[in-house]
Amino acid sequence: MKDRLFKISLIATCALVLLIMGGIIYTLAKGALPTFEEYGLGFITSSDWNPNPNNEHYGALPFIAGTLITSTLALLLCIPLSFPIAIFTGYYFKGTKVASIISDIVDMLAGVPSIVYGLWGFYTLRPIIVDLGLSQQGFGIFTASIILTIMIIPYATSLSSEFIKMVPNDLKEAAFAMGSTKLEVIQKVIFPSASSGIIASYILAMGRALGETMAVTMLIGNVNLIPTSLFSSGNTMASVIANQFGEADGIKLSSLIAIGLLLFFITVVINTIGRLIMKKLKV
Amino acid sequence: MNKMKYRRYKDKAFLYLMFLITIIAITPLASIIFELVAKGFNQLNISFFTEVAPTTLDSMLAKSTGNPVKGGIANGIVGTLQIVGIASLMAIPLGVFVGIYLAENSNKKFSTLVSFSTDLLAGIPSIVYGIIAYAWIVIKITDGYSGFAGSVALSIMMLPLVIRSTEESIKMIPASLKEASLALGTSYRKTILRVILPSAMSGLFTGILLSISRVIGETAPLILTALGSQVINLDITKPTSAIPLLIWEFYNDPYLINMIWSSSLFLMLLVLIFNISAKQISKRWAIQ
Repeated sequence: MKDRLFKISLIATCALVLLIMGGIIYTLAKGALPTFEEYGLGFITSSDWNPNPNNEHYGALPFIAGTLITSTLALLLCIPLSFPIAIFTGYYFKGTKVASIISDIVDMLAGVPSIVYGLWGFYTLRPIIVDLGLSQQGFGIFTASIILTIMIIPYATSLSSEFIKMVPNDLKEAAFAMGSTKLEVIQKVIFPSASSGIIASYILAMGRALGETMAVTMLIGNVNLIPTSLFSSGNTMASVIANQFGEADGIKLSSLIAIGLLLFFITVVINTIGRLIMKKLKV
Repeated sequence: MNKMKYRRYKDKAFLYLMFLITIIAITPLASIIFELVAKGFNQLNISFFTEVAPTTLDSMLAKSTGNPVKGGIANGIVGTLQIVGIASLMAIPLGVFVGIYLAENSNKKFSTLVSFSTDLLAGIPSIVYGIIAYAWIVIKITDGYSGFAGSVALSIMMLPLVIRSTEESIKMIPASLKEASLALGTSYRKTILRVILPSAMSGLFTGILLSISRVIGETAPLILTALGSQVINLDITKPTSAIPLLIWEFYNDPYLINMIWSSSLFLMLLVLIFNISAKQISKRWAIQ
């Protein structure tokens, strides 16, 4: 009897997880409905975000653009920075103390709260950007992308290092026996056999960048326009929600929830692509 | 022979390049820690932990009279303990149960569905959880911003990590242990709760501590839910402060800006403590 109760409660908790998942989609969709009824798909393609009561209109394109541009830039910058760390921990120093120290340090990067990254970006990174003459205030797409890059490095490295470790030893040894140098082993053995895993890690890391809020909010400049250059200010989906949710009601609130729904879909798509690539590898 | 030399040089050059880039990639971390300690350490004193955050007015008055600004982050510390504590109370039992089910029934269709949902939950941006907790709790239940809404947002964030770590650590336990227990006539419930779970404890603890360290620094979902409070508030249905929320308030207030460093340093230490103890546990009591 108690056994059955136990088994039922196990299943019930699982059902609760499904319920939460379903509830999230339902709540977002319901909250976003007024916006899509008002503007239709034009909400996604319009770049006019105007809370002025006389001329109220909401369009999400500037934020979608901001999110996609910053995350893509972060992804591109993250590849050359995280690959060396992954190759160190997964190949050069595989299984040694050095590798565990490096990966501990990188894990610490993952532990830094988003708001602390924001502060560091504001007080240390931004002045550097200004000094370099890249932009007047130092805010903007580029600054936000750099912070995002630093934030996603740990995710990209720890995953891709796992895939580099998984390359079978006999393959590497065979290459060494043919007289290959370590670099040639990386180029001709590790790259081909771990590349899709490494790509999957980068895609999942990008999934992290899409939803980052605080650090980006503090650095992107918060201008509701489609960014015109690398150094112009902008806004991302997550940062516009954080900035404007508090005072919003009516159609504006619904529009912000609609942006949340779109952000949800984009992250789900990116994460699912990454996961599918990884699943294929495990078989 | 020259070709050989060229290949060796190229190999060495690549190694040094990789080393250089690794150093570059780690520099920001060093810079962050240095900045936090250099600017924040001096401000850590008793009143930092015992007094509530100063208001803008207090700070303005203190500045105009030339006195140092008094105050601490006691309201944030209590709020963080409360919000994260309640989130853990909700997420841990739920997550452990789901993890047990997934580990025990890995090939059922229902498990695949639950497992897929867990993956989805893990990928959802924290700000979206803020919207969800706002819609579910702030509007429907507490009728206003509340610490409880913050707890709900954080607990859903913790859930996937707790589920996965429970599942993984139970799967590592040899089947013979479970079979031996069942063969002795122990009920399924007791086998799981008294035999399997205790042996999986280290992995479980690691997962729980990591999930806490992940949500303790979260700011975005709390802005939409817990909002913040000037005083120490123990009522979970009322707006509550938290350390990350205070940092955000200090950052936006020119009169309080110098308190961001000590608060950030303290928050970072909290995260590190959870992170490092999680690692120590998993290293020391690893399942053989």
